[in-house]
Amino acid sequence: MAEQHNTSTGHAPAGEHKGAFPPFQSETYASQLVWLVLAFVLLFVLMSKWALPRVGNILDARQKRIDGDIAEAGALKAQSDEAVAAYEKALADARANAQAIANETRDKQAAAAEARRKTLEDDLNAKLAEAEKTIAATKTAAMSNVRGIAEDATRAIVERLIGTAPSDKAVADAVADALKR
Amino acid sequence: MAADPIHQFRIVDLFPVAHIGHTEIIFTNSAAFMFAAVIVITAFLVIGTAKKSLVPGRLQSAAELSYEFVATTVRSTAGSEGMRFFPFVFTLFMFILTVNFIGLVPFTFTVTSHIIVTAALAITVFLTVLLYGLYRHGLHFFNLFVPKGVPILILPLIVFIEVLSFVSRPISHSVRLFANMLAGHITLQVFAGFIILMGSAMGAVGWAGGILPFGMIVILMALETLVAFLQAYVFAILTCIYLNDAIHPGH
Repeated sequence: MAEQHNTSTGHAPAGEHKGAFPPFQSETYASQLVWLVLAFVLLFVLMSKWALPRVGNILDARQKRIDGDIAEAGALKAQSDEAVAAYEKALADARANAQAIANETRDKQAAAAEARRKTLEDDLNAKLAEAEKTIAATKTAAMSNVRGIAEDATRAIVERLIGTAPSDKAVADAVADALKR
Repeated sequence: MAADPIHQFRIVDLFPVAHIGHTEIIFTNSAAFMFAAVIVITAFLVIGTAKKSLVPGRLQSAAELSYEFVATTVRSTAGSEGMRFFPFVFTLFMFILTVNFIGLVPFTFTVTSHIIVTAALAITVFLTVLLYGLYRHGLHFFNLFVPKGVPILILPLIVFIEVLSFVSRPISHSVRLFANMLAGHITLQVFAGFIILMGSAMGAVGWAGGILPFGMIVILMALETLVAFLQAYVFAILTCIYLNDAIHPGH
């Protein structure tokens, strides 16, 4: 069948194979097929048993390494997150503690100040009361003195007016009468 | 006659190996380049992974890249169940890619420029899909040809078309790769032939004018490098799509 085929460019070929177009020379087919099968099977076995597992293992190992590294990074990140949380908790605790201490101190100081103020006030009140008592006493004393002075003055005035000194009792009664009004 | 664009596809007998019936099995240049590809691929992967470093070097990066590239293709097209075919798809992809790339080197031979090679690979894929589909799903595998929700009236037509497209897969699968490699190499050789032709016909002026087809070769070379990769990738991804049918036949 091959003899009919000529070259595509149309001019006579000069090869050893008597002018047939080489891809259609059927007498070469058996040889080509035998060697193709041998070469292809050999290559297939070499690839599937040797070369491809080698490449596949490298890729697997790399993938595993990458996955491992990512997992490790994740674990480390979780760890650091934990540390941050612990730190923040410690900070919050310390802040609360400080607040508590400050509050306590302030309350204590306020209480002490209040107590001091109270004693001072009591002291002052006592002093005030005492002073008022003194004033009252002085006033009473003064009032009794006023009576004496008034009696003396009355006596002197009456003596001057009528020439004779009235009796002490009359003067005292009159003064007392006048003071009552 | 180096200008003959077909010359590069010649099968050169190196030494005979055996006789099967009256067919002679000969070790040819094609076989030599196949085994060269096997050696190159194996060396690339094994030497690349020799150090097993966590942070890969250049060669290890390339080896890992090829592995992950094919693995991603298989997983995204045929699902995680398709990963059982990963060594098969990887072997196919690397084999085709490597023989394509080796074929780009001047004076070498392109294994995939022979239809028998690409057809054998495509039929291997086809049979793998068929046998695995039957093994995995039994006769339910043929549900692949019966799409759901199709009116019963046109169902026979649809089934016929589905079966036809399934059966013609190995043809399109193999011819696509074969034709791409063949056409690319012929084009390169034709432009290279222009340089010789102009040089021998017009002397110094011709050699100077040869700069134009030479520039064309440079551009085509870049294109062919892309095609070499792309065709290997297309072959691999189509394999994945077909395998996906075997794994999940219910559309």
